[in-house]
Amino acid sequence: MRIFDPHIHMTSRTTDDYEAMYAAGVRAVVEPAFWLGQPRTSPESFYDYFDGLLGWEPYRAAQFGIQHFCTIALNPKEANDPRCLPVLDELDRYLAKDRVVAVGEIGYDSMTPEEDEALARQLQLAIEHELPALVHTPHRDKAAGTRRTLDVVRESGIAPELVVLDHLNELTVGMVLDSGCWAGFSIYPKTKMSEDRMVEILKEHGTGRVLVNSAADWGRSDPLKTRKTADAMLAAGFDDDAVDEVLWRNPVAFYGQSGRLELEEPKPDEEATFRGNSIRRGGA
Amino acid sequence: MAVTTASLSTPPDPQPGLIAALDDTARTWLEGSVAEVAAEPAAVRRLFPAVRRRCGHGRLDSYWTVDEAARAVLLTALPLRGQALADEVTRLHRHGDPAEQRAVLRALPLLDLGDLALALVRETLRGNDTTLIEAALGPYAAAHLPDAEYRQAVLKCVFYEIPLDRVTGLGTRADRELARMLADFAHERIVAGRDVPEDILPVVRAFPDVVGGRAELQHALKEEG
Repeated sequence: MRIFDPHIHMTSRTTDDYEAMYAAGVRAVVEPAFWLGQPRTSPESFYDYFDGLLGWEPYRAAQFGIQHFCTIALNPKEANDPRCLPVLDELDRYLAKDRVVAVGEIGYDSMTPEEDEALARQLQLAIEHELPALVHTPHRDKAAGTRRTLDVVRESGIAPELVVLDHLNELTVGMVLDSGCWAGFSIYPKTKMSEDRMVEILKEHGTGRVLVNSAADWGRSDPLKTRKTADAMLAAGFDDDAVDEVLWRNPVAFYGQSGRLELEEPKPDEEATFRGNSIRRGGA
Repeated sequence: MAVTTASLSTPPDPQPGLIAALDDTARTWLEGSVAEVAAEPAAVRRLFPAVRRRCGHGRLDSYWTVDEAARAVLLTALPLRGQALADEVTRLHRHGDPAEQRAVLRALPLLDLGDLALALVRETLRGNDTTLIEAALGPYAAAHLPDAEYRQAVLKCVFYEIPLDRVTGLGTRADRELARMLADFAHERIVAGRDVPEDILPVVRAFPDVVGGRAELQHALKEEG
């Protein structure tokens, strides 16, 4: 089974996770830029983070046979902090880079005017850079937030097939699929969405334009939720082809719109380094 | 002095080789990008990172890869001078991945920067990436790096096993103090029973008095020839 996790924050995960993911079938991941669990207080912190998403993390992933791509954006939560806003002026530099396959995560957290501005501006950047957009939907007031997000996406003029709305549930999936956007689901141990509920959604809405991710990060989360969802699909009677569609071909089709996915499996190389630094211990 | 080094004072002009090497799509993209940068310098911020994807990254000649050469062409198209040019180039380097940083470092001798880009060379020499260190020690560093720093850079290459024939300017910049440092390094290695890299010997031989009465060192210097 081959798996593409279209949303996972590997910077927060261990090498054990990479090993377990490879063993479970994960061969490619997309890591969206997001917040770190505590606020950043200057633009420079973002640039170092972006550099890590484009440098150290793909190097780490490659040592475990996994292709690592990323999405770049000023996240909705920190778009409310005036100290972080200058990041918007430098995004052009990062959105032009080879392993950046979308603008994201953008979207709403608390639906403030500042978030409106950041969302609209970054959707324009997606259009200018001919990139897809990964749009987070808010945890609070999700249905209203999703409706409002769809309005802003429509007003931006970006093609709906270039947009995924993420963290959906039973109440928001219908309007997103109706809009022509892609529907993203984050399968969590306790909150958001479980693999069994996901299977029910797939039965009701079908397997087209659906992305399933673990969204694993520094919080309680599970980087193997993609595989567990695949197993739950098989147990519920979906065949191997449907599993391959949802867990591999769909994310490849969505992020492939960037023209920047290169999916040959990296060969782990004990001697490889990034800027002269390695994941070996007792060495460099 | 019989020291073989990369003795170029300026790198080869990247333009002619590139024009021959690029296919039509890539050439059109690069020509359009050069025009954009000439008209609006800030455009370089999104064009410079996209070069590898648009033009490729194979080797062009002994100095340039295709992406480094194409990036150098974009930098030379910037209609900026002095501090403004240094600021733009410095920020491309700061936000660049290793391939972009190599391109900036290799292009430095083509840009009218005086010693305004020395900070980039120094930052690179503090790091551990041998490909970047090698790119930093080209004609720009040979022309601008102060003596003490140039010597330290050469010694760092020896420690990182970067062949000294890739360090520009050694033929003219190697001095007695550098020879003394390399002789001491060689002596240390001999005493420890370790190999002495061959490529440091010509520098030491050029200043025989630094060897002093160290018999093992004299022996090592003679052995090769």
